[in-house]
Amino acid sequence: MEQSAIQTDICIVGAGPVGLFAVFEAGLLKMRCHLVDALPQVGGQLSEIYPKKPIYDIPGYPSVLAGELVDKLMEQIAPFKPGFTLGERVEALARQADDSFVVTTSEGTQIACKVVVIAGGLGCFEPRKPAVGNLEKFEGKGVSYMVLDPEKYRDQKVVLAGGGDSALDWAIFLSDVASELSLVHRNNTFRGAPESAEKVFDLAKAGKLNLLLESEVTQISGNGHLQTVTVTNKQKEIQELNTDAFIPLFGLTPKLGPIAEWGLSIDKNAIEVDTFDYSTGVPGVFAIGDINTYPGKLKLILCGFHEAALMAQSAFTFVYPDQKLSFKYTTVNGVNAF
Amino acid sequence: MMDESFVSIEAEDLNGRKAHFEVPKGMGLSLMEVLKGEDFPILATCGGMALCATCHVQVLQGYDQLPEASDDELDMLESLPVLTDTSRLSCQLKIDAMHLPNLQVKVLGEDNS
Repeated sequence: MEQSAIQTDICIVGAGPVGLFAVFEAGLLKMRCHLVDALPQVGGQLSEIYPKKPIYDIPGYPSVLAGELVDKLMEQIAPFKPGFTLGERVEALARQADDSFVVTTSEGTQIACKVVVIAGGLGCFEPRKPAVGNLEKFEGKGVSYMVLDPEKYRDQKVVLAGGGDSALDWAIFLSDVASELSLVHRNNTFRGAPESAEKVFDLAKAGKLNLLLESEVTQISGNGHLQTVTVTNKQKEIQELNTDAFIPLFGLTPKLGPIAEWGLSIDKNAIEVDTFDYSTGVPGVFAIGDINTYPGKLKLILCGFHEAALMAQSAFTFVYPDQKLSFKYTTVNGVNAF
Repeated sequence: MMDESFVSIEAEDLNGRKAHFEVPKGMGLSLMEVLKGEDFPILATCGGMALCATCHVQVLQGYDQLPEASDDELDMLESLPVLTDTSRLSCQLKIDAMHLPNLQVKVLGEDNS
């Protein structure tokens, strides 16, 4: 473990509503929390997918906008000064000699903690991969699913596939960067932003983009590195394109991600827990909210809040093994800020 | 005369296994919810928000009689690597709005394996 690791009591994986509320329940028991989320902002689905949608089953709120609930939760947990690592995905969980943990993110950030709480919701959003033979063999060798650094494609031959906004936007951007650019799309129209679609058609007319409509990439090949992409059109006519890079852009879909490799018991893409305290089979690791499963599980924010409260009681025994926990109401004890 | 209070559904999973359900109307269920309720292998990760497309089905019979897809559903379908001319998201297909005796679908999304 590096000296620069963030030190905390509980590392919460996922900063959705349930992960946020877990900070409050932990804080009441004097446990500090650090949250990690793959998304660049807190709130999980509520912020990313439906911030303006009303939620009707939060007790005490006949109706609350998802984004507003996130704001209120942030206000509620502020006294407990949680730390945040956003825009980074958790990759590895390592048990230390003293039974504590080190969680490592995709960017190499390390969080040293006594307890890990997985509140990962649907999981993290990963690129959807088309069913093209050999695709995974060329990942990192010409095939990528997102454009991280467009300069990488300077003076390269590039084939894009897809018809959504990101395919259109990157086609426009890369037309000035790549030496040869092709866009392969299944239909002859685009559902993306009309002005982007228009621009793509203009680029094709100007000869800056090879637009292959009513076509799909059916095969890729190469010798170590990707060299050829095979495109088949509706009439079953086949053409081969020499290329340096193939970038399929078919949106994102939620996956459990690296958590699936942490040795936890997984059933139907969810983590099995004991309803006594929402512990997993690994001591010191808990799972709460939409990511867990147990008999009678309901994927409700409301239920996740309850799970967070019970989890905190057991987490206390890992953080303060020598202390006895006495239960106190907030009405009696108040909220004692850190 | 057809019985308007039920829809007869035949579904085929990713392994080609077929199952048949008589689904009553008036329960407010989507096709995805019916399939999940029957423990039919279909993932439906997002729970019905037209978000993950793991409940993507190809409609083999009854496509033309289904209510039209919303923009959200069409946008999601458009983004998929695999799409057929009769593709729908089963979470967006409300049983109560179906005016057809038989619906036949084949899962193209993902199952739990």
